[in-house]
Amino acid sequence: MPWTPDQPIISLKNVHKSFGQTEVLRGISMDVMKGEVVCIIGPSGSGKSTLIRCINALNDIQGGSITVEGQELRDPKLDLLALRKKVGMVFQQYNLFPHKTALENVMMAPIKVLKQNRAEVEIRARALMKKVRLEGKEDAYPGELSGGQQQRVAIARSLAMNPDVMLFDEVTAALDPETVKEVLVTIKDLAAEGMTCILVTHEMGFAREIADRVYFTDRGVIVEYGPPQSFFDDAKDPRTKQFLSQIL
Amino acid sequence: MNPGRIKGHLPVLLPARKLMLSDIPLHDRLFNVWTAGALLIAFLVTAIGPSFAQAEAAPARSILTILFEWTPSIAKAFGFNVLISIMAMAIGTVLGVGLGVLQVSPRSMIRRLAWIVTQFFRNSPWLVLLFYCILLIPFKITLFGMSVPFPGWIKAVIGLSLPVMAYMSEYMRGAINSIPSGQWESAQSLGFTRFQTMRDIILPQTIKRVLPPWMNLYAVLTMATPLVSIVGVNEVMSLTRAALSAESRVDLLIPMYLYILCWFFLYCYPISTLTGRLERRYSVKL
Ligand SMILES: Nc1ncnc2c1ncn2[C@@H]1O[C@H](COP(=O)(O)OP(=O)(O)OP(=O)(O)O)[C@@H](O)[C@H]1O
Ligand SMILES: [Mg+2]
Repeated sequence: MPWTPDQPIISLKNVHKSFGQTEVLRGISMDVMKGEVVCIIGPSGSGKSTLIRCINALNDIQGGSITVEGQELRDPKLDLLALRKKVGMVFQQYNLFPHKTALENVMMAPIKVLKQNRAEVEIRARALMKKVRLEGKEDAYPGELSGGQQQRVAIARSLAMNPDVMLFDEVTAALDPETVKEVLVTIKDLAAEGMTCILVTHEMGFAREIADRVYFTDRGVIVEYGPPQSFFDDAKDPRTKQFLSQIL
Repeated sequence: MNPGRIKGHLPVLLPARKLMLSDIPLHDRLFNVWTAGALLIAFLVTAIGPSFAQAEAAPARSILTILFEWTPSIAKAFGFNVLISIMAMAIGTVLGVGLGVLQVSPRSMIRRLAWIVTQFFRNSPWLVLLFYCILLIPFKITLFGMSVPFPGWIKAVIGLSLPVMAYMSEYMRGAINSIPSGQWESAQSLGFTRFQTMRDIILPQTIKRVLPPWMNLYAVLTMATPLVSIVGVNEVMSLTRAALSAESRVDLLIPMYLYILCWFFLYCYPISTLTGRLERRYSVKL
């Protein structure tokens, strides 16, 4: 059955994930529709990163199912490249390639992986640099850029693959408070354009502002979720309440 | 007690100390370009001095004249040493990078095999490896009706490239493992295969780290090239022996070998210096 946009673009059903003996995800279910922005919050070690990494198959799962645009990730015939084209990911530590300039970082995957024409890729890459407000920094090496600038290059690098979904794993956690904003603005632009986004974040104000839904995870399960308004102002579960009272 | 340190005073507050002789590590104090130069001069004086005295007695040429006369031949032979070292280094480097990459293969069979090969050649005496290559490789190999001759010096190159390969393999393994795992993950999330990640992202980043030990290895290899004289290759040591027997002068022995040492020193010392400089530069950056 082919996927149509009225079905969830990402669907997790009863996902279980273990590292050896320790079960990190213990039955996670969630549906994300195209164009939605979903925020995941929760205490450290609750499995947020693991969850998000399962969605682009950086981690495999031991139980349940994950589909991206209808494609089951546990299918042994899964086309990994096709999946990674659809799902972009940005990491807390930027992970730019330090031996390449900012522009080359953005151009690398389309040229090396998708074998696209270099000249066309360069035009798109320059446009992306502009989009993340880094015009003029094309020839800088990652080491010469601030954390916020590096993180925006990392976003542009992911966007160069033309993904349908973007995953953000605490992308502002390693940044100075002043530079957090410039990255959040970039993500907000993306969300406004209709990009499907799944964000792990500790920026509650930001989550409240852009999320369609907020999920609270603890010890590998989703404790509670809902639209930001009711989630933040009217949490039901005591664990959620306690977490929110600590962080807000 | 150190008189410069007063209780309660942080060393930060003390005036900057001048660099003292005692600050330089013993190794650097004993072995540097000045002591090497002084030793050379001392050797030359003791070796050549008496020969001047003899030169007055007998109508023989002076040692310096003889050395000077032999210089073109020595230069040519030394050039052969350099050629052997460069070729062995090139082959060993290519093989070593490949072997190093296999040492971090996700397949444990391949990883273990590459590790065994690396350890075997890294812990074998170079001379024994040379003998083995001379003995095992035939004089010529016939491939598809074409016979390729294998002169002794090519076998020697192969023999010397084996330990280079093994050392290089270890350097590469260390360098690859030192690249943060985030590089692998971000490449993976961008759709790079393992091979593409290795080629386009990981290996280019190992160059900086591997360059200093690689250059050091080259200097060591160059100094090991006289070994090939033992297996009958006409390099600088063989030539020296030939020269000595042609001149048949006992007093030539020490100055001649000293002269050869100078050649090696002048070739290898700049490499070592540059290596040290690169090491210091990169150790700050990385
Ligand atoms: N590769 C791994 N091998 C073994 N255990 C792991 C691995 N990755 C994560 N874990 C464990 O899984 C649990 C969840 O980790 P995860 O990184 O998903 O948490 P998190 O919610 O992202 O926390 P944080 O807010 O600190 O990033 C932790 O207990 C962690 O120790
Ligand atoms: Mg995390």
